[in-house]
Amino acid sequence: METHEEKPIIYTMENKPIVTCAGDQNLFTALYSSLTQQLPKEPMEWRRSYGRAPKMIYLEANFVQFKEELLPKEGNKALLTFPFLHIYWTDCCDTEVYKASVKEDMQRWQGVLRLHGSVDWLIVVVESDNKKKNKTNILPRTSIVDKIRNDFCNKQSDRCVALSDPLKESSRSQESWSSLLTKLRTLLLMSFTRNLGRFEDEMRTLREKRTEPGWSFCDYFMVQEELAFVFEMLQQFEDALVQYDELDALFTQYVLNFGAGDAANWLGSFCEPVRSWNGLLLRRPIDMEKRDLIQRGEASLLDLRSYMFSRQCTLLIFLMRPWEVTTRALELLHNCVQELRLLEVCVVTGALDCWVFLSCLEVLHRIEGCCDRTQLEANSSHTVGLWTYATEKLKSLGDLCGLVSENGPDSEHLNKTVDLLAGLGAERPETANSLQSPYKKLKEALSSVEAFEKHYLELSHAAMEMYRAIGRMRSARLVGKSLAEFYMRKGDPQSAENFLLDSLKSYVSESWSLPLTHTRKQIADCQKQLQKMDEYLQTSALLASDANMSDEERKHFCQEILSYAGQSAESNDARVALSMSSFTRLHELRFRPASALVHVGAALQLELRLCSLMPVPVRVEHLSASIHFSLEQPGSTAQKRALQNPDGTVTFPGASPVSGSPALELCEIQEHSPSESVLNTAGVVCKNMHLLMRVQDSATSLETPATAPAPLAVEEGAQMLKADDVTLLPGNNSIVFNAPSQKPGTYTLRQLCASVGRVQFVLPHIYPVVQYEVYSQEPQLTIQPLTETLLAGLPQQVKFTILTGHYTVKKGDALQLSNTDSMPVLHSCSCSARIISSSGEPVCESALSIQSSEKVTSISLPLTPPYHTLEFLLDVLCHIPACPARGESDHLTNGQISHRSRRTRFTSGSTLIEQKVSVDCPWSIYSTLVSLSFHVPFKVKHSLLSVGRRKFIQVCLQNVSDTKFRLTNRALAESQTPALELRSLSTEAHSVVFSQQCVFSVWELRWSDAPPLSLQCVFSASFAPADAPDADLKPYSYEFSVERVSTLYSVRAEIRPPTGEQHCRTGALCRLEVSLTRLTEPSDADLEDEELSETEGLRTSRLMYEVIDNHSNWAVCGKSSGVVSMPTAAMATHKVHMEVMPLFAGQLPFPNIRVFKYRPHHASVTQPDTDSCVENDSVSLLDKAVEDHLDTASLRSRGSVQSLGEQPARGVPMPKRQAFAAGQVFTGTQGRQVLVLPASDQHLLELNVT
Amino acid sequence: MAVCIAVIAKENYPLYIRSVPTQGELKFHYTVHTSLDVVEEKISGVGKALADQRELYLGLLYPTEDYKVYGYVTNSKVKFVIVVDSSNASLRDNEIRSMFRKLHNSFTDVMCNPFYNPGDPIQSKSVFFCAHTLSIFYVTIH
Repeated sequence: METHEEKPIIYTMENKPIVTCAGDQNLFTALYSSLTQQLPKEPMEWRRSYGRAPKMIYLEANFVQFKEELLPKEGNKALLTFPFLHIYWTDCCDTEVYKASVKEDMQRWQGVLRLHGSVDWLIVVVESDNKKKNKTNILPRTSIVDKIRNDFCNKQSDRCVALSDPLKESSRSQESWSSLLTKLRTLLLMSFTRNLGRFEDEMRTLREKRTEPGWSFCDYFMVQEELAFVFEMLQQFEDALVQYDELDALFTQYVLNFGAGDAANWLGSFCEPVRSWNGLLLRRPIDMEKRDLIQRGEASLLDLRSYMFSRQCTLLIFLMRPWEVTTRALELLHNCVQELRLLEVCVVTGALDCWVFLSCLEVLHRIEGCCDRTQLEANSSHTVGLWTYATEKLKSLGDLCGLVSENGPDSEHLNKTVDLLAGLGAERPETANSLQSPYKKLKEALSSVEAFEKHYLELSHAAMEMYRAIGRMRSARLVGKSLAEFYMRKGDPQSAENFLLDSLKSYVSESWSLPLTHTRKQIADCQKQLQKMDEYLQTSALLASDANMSDEERKHFCQEILSYAGQSAESNDARVALSMSSFTRLHELRFRPASALVHVGAALQLELRLCSLMPVPVRVEHLSASIHFSLEQPGSTAQKRALQNPDGTVTFPGASPVSGSPALELCEIQEHSPSESVLNTAGVVCKNMHLLMRVQDSATSLETPATAPAPLAVEEGAQMLKADDVTLLPGNNSIVFNAPSQKPGTYTLRQLCASVGRVQFVLPHIYPVVQYEVYSQEPQLTIQPLTETLLAGLPQQVKFTILTGHYTVKKGDALQLSNTDSMPVLHSCSCSARIISSSGEPVCESALSIQSSEKVTSISLPLTPPYHTLEFLLDVLCHIPACPARGESDHLTNGQISHRSRRTRFTSGSTLIEQKVSVDCPWSIYSTLVSLSFHVPFKVKHSLLSVGRRKFIQVCLQNVSDTKFRLTNRALAESQTPALELRSLSTEAHSVVFSQQCVFSVWELRWSDAPPLSLQCVFSASFAPADAPDADLKPYSYEFSVERVSTLYSVRAEIRPPTGEQHCRTGALCRLEVSLTRLTEPSDADLEDEELSETEGLRTSRLMYEVIDNHSNWAVCGKSSGVVSMPTAAMATHKVHMEVMPLFAGQLPFPNIRVFKYRPHHASVTQPDTDSCVENDSVSLLDKAVEDHLDTASLRSRGSVQSLGEQPARGVPMPKRQAFAAGQVFTGTQGRQVLVLPASDQHLLELNVT
Repeated sequence: MAVCIAVIAKENYPLYIRSVPTQGELKFHYTVHTSLDVVEEKISGVGKALADQRELYLGLLYPTEDYKVYGYVTNSKVKFVIVVDSSNASLRDNEIRSMFRKLHNSFTDVMCNPFYNPGDPIQSKSVFFCAHTLSIFYVTIH
């Protein structure tokens, strides 16, 4: 720090507010040291005007001897020299002395003060015991202090302070000291407030006058700076800084107003041409030279700005805010450049660059001077801006002075350099001894090309290092890029390349296309100079396809590639592999056929659609795609192939600008098994998982073909798709490949390679996965019904489908169908076969020749190439078995297949006949067994009806198919009894049977002699589908047998009202008379069947009767059932009487009367259960007879299931009842009714009205 | 007024960048790209001070001799960068903020467009966007 002896002391930083001391100088001198020490020890709160926040302030003072000259004269506004407080010191304790001299002296002092309008004064009376002891005539009542107060302190008694024994260590002394100090501080602050307030008011007034013509910023500057000085003096740096900031803002506003056309007069001096550009000077607290210039109104804009900034800088450093200095510095430098432009100040080219360069370095030096290394490193984000700015400026200076070119500066450059150096002036004395001063650096840098390079590199590297350290990679790379430009101009592409590649990386990874293009262009230039042909060609390819470039440039780069490609490869035989992505963009790949699944040897075409990015047509000698072949079974790769669209296209993802995580591409897959159309698996796949995964791994490893040319190896696959001599026009192109399909397996496209002379464009991996499959298939025969169900009895069409697979149907090949009686093949001459290619297109149609021999039907097949489908229709007829219940009597004629070939099943509703056909195919030594199911269209039921002795047979035919039939020629024939006449009661010969409809036919049996015991009947009818009137009628027959035809018993009954009544009444008992009559004498068979007993020579059989009313119309009173013995003679009648009571009125049907055969318990047969016996009556007589002849053991085994639960009942013999067959008992009461009247006249009628 | 307006995706690729035609487009691309350094610095800094999280405006990113670069980041980390001429001193913080607000509004409109695929570069044809951004370019010039 400098001291200027001749300047007033106030300009050093040790300024303190001035306090004058009058009175006893010796006394003061004695107290001076303790006073100056004690005063700043305690802070004092400073309350301030204008609502400014109060502050704690440590006060210091510069005590000087009172002189009248110190008091400011009228109009002098200097604040620093202003005495803020005047103190009069006295230790007078003698009234006499006081009166004699001291009082007078004080009055004079006061007079001077009053003259100058100063009200800030204080009288200190020092009391000392020593003095008191010496004096004897002390006034006990009033002290000198009181006197002084009386005399001087009119209303301000506090202006006189007593200090007791100041040099002694006593509590009293301390107390008085502290009160003095407090007083002193208070008064000082009061004075500050008052005087500064007055000063600020005046300053404000002055500022308000700024619109007046004569106003000068420089004058005002001096005034406000005075205030700043005072604040600085009071250690109120913040306030001091505010003053400068206000001045700064005021000045800035004026400059802006100037720009807006409102020019202030005083600005003229700042618009003078800039003559000196020696940069900021921050090493002095106050740059007096510049201050003088300002005071004189001669400062240039740079001077004023420099001075203001140096003051701000000083204050900021006092405030420990060095980083704000750097921020403000950058702002200032930018601002100054702008302001000079705005004010249209004449500046020599390069002068500002010098000024900025010097200033940047000066600020950095200043900061380095007040911070240690670690602090600097931690805050490089604040300084790096200055470093970069300095670097930029040095670079532009270098350009200006011809220091960057390869040849060095010429004379014009040298002149320029001299001019610029002249403006720097002489080096300032502060830095004269420093070796690294900004001034020296600049001078040296401008002195020679080498020195410039050294300094420029130093700065650039420093800036880059700092940017890297704080993680501003983009900024670092930008600096690196400008460094690369420097190297390029110096003719050093080697050094430039790395910087360029480095900066390219960030543009690529973040897809900034314009900077990318620009940088790439520079790289191309660099690589060309370096003769790095591979890289250069790659970059050229990228540039040639770059839409940001002009057509001319693109053509140029394209031509570069083509001319290189055209060179005959003599020296280096190596071909150059370039990335395909720069050359073309793949759009889609289309398979023909779309399934991408062909059989061996089939033609498969791939159409590749791509967009050539080159600006000119390019002739490609070969365009090939290498193929990876694997023997995988078709279908196992369905998951991968699901990436292909169903229409056989593979769409390549477009180049997306997204550098971050790409969007999830999901698609649904369904894997079908290739042979059958069965869904094997279904799911969701992520199409671009590899991309997503890669992004997670490392965000920066995105495809960067130019920066990191991955080794593009061209795979030499054995198989490849190839297209020769293709000319790719700019824009969309379509290329068709013929895919090899010699072997079955999976073919995966791996690489795509386009050869142009020596240059190959290679796509190392084709994504998404492109695959096609070649399969080989065994021939297959299927026979399927044409309609939903096949109906038996009618000619039905079945479809034969032959998938030829790898087999070629040769001449003479025939299908051999084994014939069965039940299902003949009907062949018509119009039978023809269709041949369909594997893609589903019909190829041709040719007639089939069918030859039938006794056992075999042979169908000769037309010539069919492999992997075709042969289809033809064949009519077959399945005969309906006459008796559906026992349909196993048929046998195959050829005998190969057992009787199981035809099975009849009864399904709900319809009868199903399964018919197996054995087919011998020419491609196989084994027969193919095909099963066909036929439905019998009808269901027939028969029943025997009786009226007395007359017998009727009813046949019910139900149509169980969905087809409507015409039915004619219904007939019933009996084979066993020749004398039997069957008279049809049906009148209609023809009828139409709808689906689920029943047709009933009834025949009456008439016989001439004895009634037949059993009947073997055949019901036959002809039918044809009602929809086809021309169709031949097909026979249908139904065989059945009826046993025990003749009526044995007739049951009659009468209900009689109680005696005396005409009608039955409810609640009244009626008589029921049942008469059982044997109609015929039992035949031998009947006799065997019935249990006969002989009582009193009369053969009787025992019958059990039962009266049951199922409808609860009747209450049967007493015994409802009983056993009667029936004589075997014809017309024997047995009457039974019972009492029944009607429960309702009206026409009531008779109760049911049932008759059973009765077998007493001694029959030694343990019957399982009566119910099961009743059920047995459907069993035919034949079976019954067999059963009856069997021994008990077999019967037991039959009923064992039921009897198991009745173990205890087994020992007890139970009588057994057995039902008669349907026609054996004729019940005459069926359908009869009897009138029943209500019980009495009173009857209750309940009516519910709602 | 603004000399360059840029909308930058979360992943730092440009969605929209437009500058006044008179000056070199490339220069602004470099400037805006470099400014992302400071944007990122500020965003990561904001994370620490929870109180500031709702402030989208990032303020002056960095000044250069000729331009001032201001930043703004949406909650979805889409960045807006506006470059203004340094000589244009009439632009105070408030004006810049209102420019960003306008830009944010029109960006929201673009995002609401059902035909816009988020993440795609914004076409300058986009009606919503163009009208607003043009106003940012020119309104204060007059």
